[in-house]
Amino acid sequence: MTLIDLANPTKFLSLTARVLPWLAGATAILLLVGFYQAAMAPDDYQQGATVKIMFVHVPNAWLAMFVWGVMSLAALGTLVWRHPLADVAAKAAAPIGAAFTFLALVTGSLWGRPMWGTYWEWDARLTSVLILFLMYLGLMALWRAVDDPSRAARAAAVLTLVGAINLPIIKFSVDWWNTLHQPAAVLRMGGPSLDKAFLIPLLVMAVGFSLLFVTLHLAAMRNEILRRRVRSLQMMQASQQAA
Amino acid sequence: MTALAALIRRDIKIALRVGGGALIGVLFFLTVTVLMPFAIGPDMALLTRLGPAILWLGALLASLLTLDRLFTADHEDGSLDLIVMGRTPLELACAAKALAHWLAAGVPLIVATPVLGLLLNLDGTATSAVALTLLVGTPALTFTGMIGASLAVTLHRGGLLLAVLVLPLSIPVLIFGVAASQAAISGPLSFGTPFSILCALSLVSLVVGPFAAAASLRHGLD
Repeated sequence: MTLIDLANPTKFLSLTARVLPWLAGATAILLLVGFYQAAMAPDDYQQGATVKIMFVHVPNAWLAMFVWGVMSLAALGTLVWRHPLADVAAKAAAPIGAAFTFLALVTGSLWGRPMWGTYWEWDARLTSVLILFLMYLGLMALWRAVDDPSRAARAAAVLTLVGAINLPIIKFSVDWWNTLHQPAAVLRMGGPSLDKAFLIPLLVMAVGFSLLFVTLHLAAMRNEILRRRVRSLQMMQASQQAA
Repeated sequence: MTALAALIRRDIKIALRVGGGALIGVLFFLTVTVLMPFAIGPDMALLTRLGPAILWLGALLASLLTLDRLFTADHEDGSLDLIVMGRTPLELACAAKALAHWLAAGVPLIVATPVLGLLLNLDGTATSAVALTLLVGTPALTFTGMIGASLAVTLHRGGLLLAVLVLPLSIPVLIFGVAASQAAISGPLSFGTPFSILCALSLVSLVVGPFAAAASLRHGLD
């Protein structure tokens, strides 16, 4: 089974129909375990119970960037390999990525209020993530502005690849600028600086949210394929009636 | 080389002649700048403080307004298809078109800055700082904006979609352009740091813009 075998939408549909229930179950179990562990995690000696926002905030922020990465790969698939499902993958990922980015911004804002004393601060990390959010919305607007999906796909692919420049800026913004947002604590040189009591629930949540993305993404791709089929059937019917 | 020079000359000529619309950008820049004191109030001290930001915003919006012209007219009369099919590499042709657009529509904005600086009560240092940052920063606006313009022309959609696509990409330019101007005027940060980043942004957009625009034209036109 290679990537090219999935080029046939019917094969893709039958495969995902078998995989999706297992994925959804695994997601539910991991998220339940993660939320339980997060609730049981000790309070921080400085932040108190608000540290628990981290278990939702950090996975969402990771996924916000990860989804754009997935869309960039799909964009390459559209432009370079002309993979038939690449544009379906890119289109389905955009609203999910926008939702993760929005959640990362909201949870960060709620966490910032008790810790920094402000809901919003124009520092580099927050601003670059906000730009990411705006680009997600722009991309969705682009998808909706054109009725021919393959034409929209190529335009969106170019924009996605250009927007990928923002990803390293977000990642390294806390190192390049002296920001209010703290620097990386997990993915950094010299290993995580986070205590095990926080690190393990965080990783469980991260895997859970990633699986949630995969589940939602595959389901959205199925919907998109079916939507296109319905559309072409409607077009056929309309042209038959006209003739 | 001669083909590119001819393309630049032709684009500048078209932009400056009747129906070109390059100078409307300057008029828009003037109008936006004049509007600001009505909204903020004619407090001269406040205008001095906000001046660089107002000028940068005005220049950003004015360059956005003229971006639509970059490919649309050529697409309508078919010369864009000739450029795409021609022997000159499309990336270079896009870069030449953007350069011509910047010369015709971007440079007048910089020339107009000292006059508008007077209206906003900016002194000599402040005005020259804003003009210098605009000189370095507006190429970045044109070259990143070209990506949006190429997408818009292949989709037969201009206007708002172009703005929505281009504005997020131009936020970094705005941040460092205003930061450099403010640093030159009041400190406390040094002028060099944000100014160098602004230069870097322009240079990166000089590379990325033509490639992305050429890719979208190649894949999008039919």
